[in-house]
Amino acid sequence: MSARQVIRNISIADLVRYRLPVPGVLSILHRISGALMFLLLPLTLWLFDLSLRSEIGYQQLRQAAEGWFVKVVLATLVWSLLHHLAAGVRYLLLDLDLGVDRAPARRSAWIVFAVSLPLAVWAALIIFGVL
Amino acid sequence: MSIGARRLVVGAHYGLADWLIQRATAIVLTIYLIALAIRIVLARPIDYESWAGIFAPFGMKTATLIAFVALAYHAWIGMRDIWMDYVRPTAIRIVLEAGTILWLAACLMWAAQILWKV
Repeated sequence: MSARQVIRNISIADLVRYRLPVPGVLSILHRISGALMFLLLPLTLWLFDLSLRSEIGYQQLRQAAEGWFVKVVLATLVWSLLHHLAAGVRYLLLDLDLGVDRAPARRSAWIVFAVSLPLAVWAALIIFGVL
Repeated sequence: MSIGARRLVVGAHYGLADWLIQRATAIVLTIYLIALAIRIVLARPIDYESWAGIFAPFGMKTATLIAFVALAYHAWIGMRDIWMDYVRPTAIRIVLEAGTILWLAACLMWAAQILWKV
């Protein structure tokens, strides 16, 4: 009688050489972007508060947005939102049993990146004042 | 972890309710964001007057607050999943989960305060 095959979870060291398929990359980025938005929630609310409080607050926000830190925060937030939203719509369709097979699931994952990444780059260029 | 002999107090055993609520809140947030984006485009050029003007009407305040409630619930389910996946010691996880709820509740109060000052 042969020994039963032992299946273990991969260790952290394996993560580097593990070739995650595109839907897997989309999935972990969905989680990371969600966690980022949760972590940045106080900053988001602070910016929202400043923008609505008064004319002076609004101008202070404009000034704060000149600094690289706020720029990076804003760009991170915009990418997180775009990726989370686009990947989330894909998940809602998967919940309806649409595109569950491997080929369409991979195609839709690529479509999510094709939508979210150019929009995020465009937004980042505006935030950093290139456009 | 059990409290008492048979009361299992951890895990996602709350049926499909949270699964469904995560989807429902996602749809609410998507619709709200699309409506807000359209509203911003219509209000251009954006300065303080036009920006504050978007959130001044009672209907928009209410819609935004509902979106924040949806956001808080959505974030709770997502963060709960993350804590459940990566934080194995039950006591630490429950503290993190309770902290997440308190934190999101506080953010919700803050959001309401911001909105009703406009």
